[in-house]
Amino acid sequence: MKDKFDYFIKTEKGKWEVIIGLEVHAQVTSKSKLFSSSSTKFGEKPNTQVSLVDSAFPGMLPVINKFCIEQAIKTGLGLNAKINLRSIFDRKNYFYADLPAGYQISQYKNPIVGEGSVTLDMPYGTKKVGIERLHLEQDAGKSIHDLSPDNTFVDLNRSGVALMEIVSKPDLRSPDEVNSYVKKLRTIMRYLGTCDGNMQEGSLRADVNVSVRKEGEKNFGTRCEIKNVNSIKFMEMAIESEAKRQVELLESGKKIVQETRLFDTKKNETRSMRSKEEAHDYRYFPDPDLLPLEIEQGYVDDLKNKLPELPDKKKERFINKFKLTPYEANVLISENNISEYFEEVIKTADIKLAKNWIIVELFAVLNDKNLDIKDSPVSSKNLANLINFISSGEISGKIAKKVFELMVQSGDEPSKIIKDKGLQQQSNPKELEKIIKNVLKKNLDEVTQYKAGKEKLYGFFVGEVMKASSGKANPKLVNDILKKELKK
Amino acid sequence: MNDLNDISLSEIIKLVKSKKISSVELANHFINNIKKGKKLNSFITTCFDQTIKDSKNFDKKQNFDGLLPGIPIAVKDLFCTKNIKTTAGSKILENFVPTYESTVTNNLWEEGAILLGKLNCDEFAMGSSNETSFFGNVINPLENNFVPGGSSGGSATALAASLTPATIGTDTGGSIRQPASFTGTVGLKPTYGLCSRWGIVAFASSLDQAGPMTKNVEDCALMLEAISGYDKKDSTSINRKKENYSKNLKRTIKGIKIGIPKEYRVDNMPKEIDQLWKNGIDILKKSGAKIIDISLPHTKYALPTYYIVAPAEASSNLARYDGIKYGYRSKKGNNLIEMYEHTRAEGFGDEVKRRVLIGTYVLSSGYYDAYYLKAQKVRKLIKGDFDNSFREVDAILTPSTPSSAFKIGEKANDPISMYLNDIFTVPVNLAGLPAISIPAGKDHKGHPLGLQLITKALDEQKILNIAFAMEKEIDFKQSLNRWWE
Amino acid sequence: MPIDKNQVKKVAKLSRISLDDSKLESLSKDLVSILNFVEELNKLDTNEIKPLTSVIDKSLDTRDDTVSDGQIKDQILKNSPEKNEDFFIVPKVVD
Ligand SMILES: [Mg+2]
Ligand SMILES: [Zn+2]
Repeated sequence: MKDKFDYFIKTEKGKWEVIIGLEVHAQVTSKSKLFSSSSTKFGEKPNTQVSLVDSAFPGMLPVINKFCIEQAIKTGLGLNAKINLRSIFDRKNYFYADLPAGYQISQYKNPIVGEGSVTLDMPYGTKKVGIERLHLEQDAGKSIHDLSPDNTFVDLNRSGVALMEIVSKPDLRSPDEVNSYVKKLRTIMRYLGTCDGNMQEGSLRADVNVSVRKEGEKNFGTRCEIKNVNSIKFMEMAIESEAKRQVELLESGKKIVQETRLFDTKKNETRSMRSKEEAHDYRYFPDPDLLPLEIEQGYVDDLKNKLPELPDKKKERFINKFKLTPYEANVLISENNISEYFEEVIKTADIKLAKNWIIVELFAVLNDKNLDIKDSPVSSKNLANLINFISSGEISGKIAKKVFELMVQSGDEPSKIIKDKGLQQQSNPKELEKIIKNVLKKNLDEVTQYKAGKEKLYGFFVGEVMKASSGKANPKLVNDILKKELKK
Repeated sequence: MNDLNDISLSEIIKLVKSKKISSVELANHFINNIKKGKKLNSFITTCFDQTIKDSKNFDKKQNFDGLLPGIPIAVKDLFCTKNIKTTAGSKILENFVPTYESTVTNNLWEEGAILLGKLNCDEFAMGSSNETSFFGNVINPLENNFVPGGSSGGSATALAASLTPATIGTDTGGSIRQPASFTGTVGLKPTYGLCSRWGIVAFASSLDQAGPMTKNVEDCALMLEAISGYDKKDSTSINRKKENYSKNLKRTIKGIKIGIPKEYRVDNMPKEIDQLWKNGIDILKKSGAKIIDISLPHTKYALPTYYIVAPAEASSNLARYDGIKYGYRSKKGNNLIEMYEHTRAEGFGDEVKRRVLIGTYVLSSGYYDAYYLKAQKVRKLIKGDFDNSFREVDAILTPSTPSSAFKIGEKANDPISMYLNDIFTVPVNLAGLPAISIPAGKDHKGHPLGLQLITKALDEQKILNIAFAMEKEIDFKQSLNRWWE
Repeated sequence: MPIDKNQVKKVAKLSRISLDDSKLESLSKDLVSILNFVEELNKLDTNEIKPLTSVIDKSLDTRDDTVSDGQIKDQILKNSPEKNEDFFIVPKVVD
């Protein structure tokens, strides 16, 4: 981690700054599509989630999904953005096999959400990234090219699914910032429940706009748009290789052509989509099948009042109220489910122990098993109980780890495991005295040496006592009794 | 049963309700007329077996609750009909069989009507003479070699020739009113949003409206009552209580204020049209209406505005005809793009291509502001003209068309002279208002001419009432010698 | 001359309509006359005018987020020119 921003393309000839803007396409979490009542369910048989509207039959008309509007407004509020009380749906005209109407319904000049911002936590401080706009639009279907050598197969299940296109300002300057930005957007939308952010299922994709300029230069260079990148890793790789390509071109005296490019993940390079680009002219105009969308300020205010606590606020609260470090707070707020789990645990258990147990032990298990925290084998209630056994001295931290392991395996309550396995701490002074006396008797030589001044051996005695008690001896009592006995 | 050809829908309904005629007898009568009317080329598809089956069913059930009990009706082939081929007059939909029923036609069947078949129209409703249909020209029953107008030309011809007792069309720039005027029938374009557009092949979404075409005003009220109403599947549908237009139909003119817009007195307007208009004014005056001269200053911009807005919307609406999901697909082409280009080149006729290209052009980058945006601004001014006028008057009276029916081929090679046909009808679509055309006289050839009444939005009852009163005074008579049979 | 043949070609490409030379010739002529006709609008100063967005006075109706459509694969694919039980099939897309 660096505490200073340092991402430049450095060559013998100079230092280049990379300018990045993102158009994120986030699938709206909704049961039915944006303009039809067919299902948005993922992974169903081809062309089963398709209505006559989605497949653009003659005379079919769009009717907008109220919930999708609400989801877009909520997301806008989550991005601290201006909500436009009047917005207009436009047609974006182009021919493609998986675009059945020959146009996509989108929003062009009058989007539902205007300017906003997102704050990133970078190692070198916080960074505000401007949001240009958010608009609602339809997804296209899917073209399958590899089922036959002569034909393309078309599945319209996705056709008409609601997307939010979130356009950032060209404020990003490195792959790391892009990584952080996309994750932050995803966290915000997951908190709001407006997009599940599932990149494997294509719920979150981005067009990445990249340009470069010499360090210190004020004007932007010509940009290229890398279309439809569907993982954060690939976004980072694509930016890196595209920036290098542009620098090489410019340094060899050539010009950048503004164009759309594709990222080839196998070759780790971007390539021009010339054939698609040819004669592109989308001919946007207001969709005459739809009227302007007018919403009332009261409705927006209402949604605003019902908004859940968002990541930035929660982080602030965790730091101030629970005395977490910014790092710990970041980890614990990264997902709503995690922060909820944490707050559930600390309702009854010690905060310091709780954060460590969650961040270290629980996350290791979840990672290992590739589980979401809401499917954790250790419930928040059980973890709290375990921590309370530690706090009250009934078990040692070491035993607790053993108990935890068994909790993960069985999902049982800690009290049951402790009882069944006899793992309670040995806190009976008489019993301990017996064990200690036995240890000392067996190690008379060491006792003599200790008494002669070799105090280092104290640790050895403690270890032997713990071993003899199978780790269950109460360390504080052991200490008291051992010292007494050694003085004799 | 030859007199069935001379009576109105309302009279036919009376016969059915009083059990003087069965639904099957009615169906057979019109089926017979259709078979004898092949020369007129007004049908693209018939479904007689189904018609007979449905009418037998009706006769068995004897349920007279609907507005159109057991009445066979043919509809424009722009309405999607479940399991019945729907072509929009285009090769690109030559074999398209919808699995769904348009809201408006469904409303007809809910009221007891029975489908006779699908009526010819200009391709995708783009035309004013029914000469752009892939399925051939429609002939005006008034005289061979004359157009019936368009785009609802098949509807107008079938109605005037009594191949159907009433029908429905669609009107984007005059496509109901102009053919009504050319065939001596009544046609009404309702307020935008009064009838659902769901299931109607779209031409220009902000202008398209379905409406009735009938032999008289009473029938018109009845049909409008049957097809109108809120539909939650159409976001531009107006949510309001259904009106009983037929029950509330009254001949009211006394005290009503009628505006006469000076801008509709266009250059080179035939004397006959001018005379027709004057006669209309006189009738209204005599009946106690107050005539007020008004101005709709932006009228002359309506047609240019329309020929930007409508093609723009059409270019986008017709993008779905790409050879992938339904309809025609060309065998030519080695990849997807070539397949598109050949499919659309072979599937669309010339007029559709013209409008798609114009529409694409006016929306394309660098031209949008100069054309499309400009047109939407002028459209606001045109609507404003009407809004201002309706603060002063109840209705506006104009001619429906600048001429009577013309000969087939007469204007086919000059798009602009064809477009000028809609000069009086187009402003109404741009403003979303209701308007009716009623037959009001004949020219020197004996061809009918229509007058148009316009009111403010949702004033259909008022329009019908004024038209109902005028109809009585005008007493238009048309008897056809059925030369085509 | 508001539009020339090259522009018509470009617009035809955008519209995905192939035009052979004779078609291009006659269509170009028609498009020129239509565009000349609509030029009339330029006589009007509309700087202060807001464009019309809808002729009816209402806001956009909405629907509830419930699933009540789909599961009609047979209907969806029934009319497709190239028959297949599960997919729409198109000539190979070249990128
Ligand atoms: Mg993009
Ligand atoms: Zn997008």
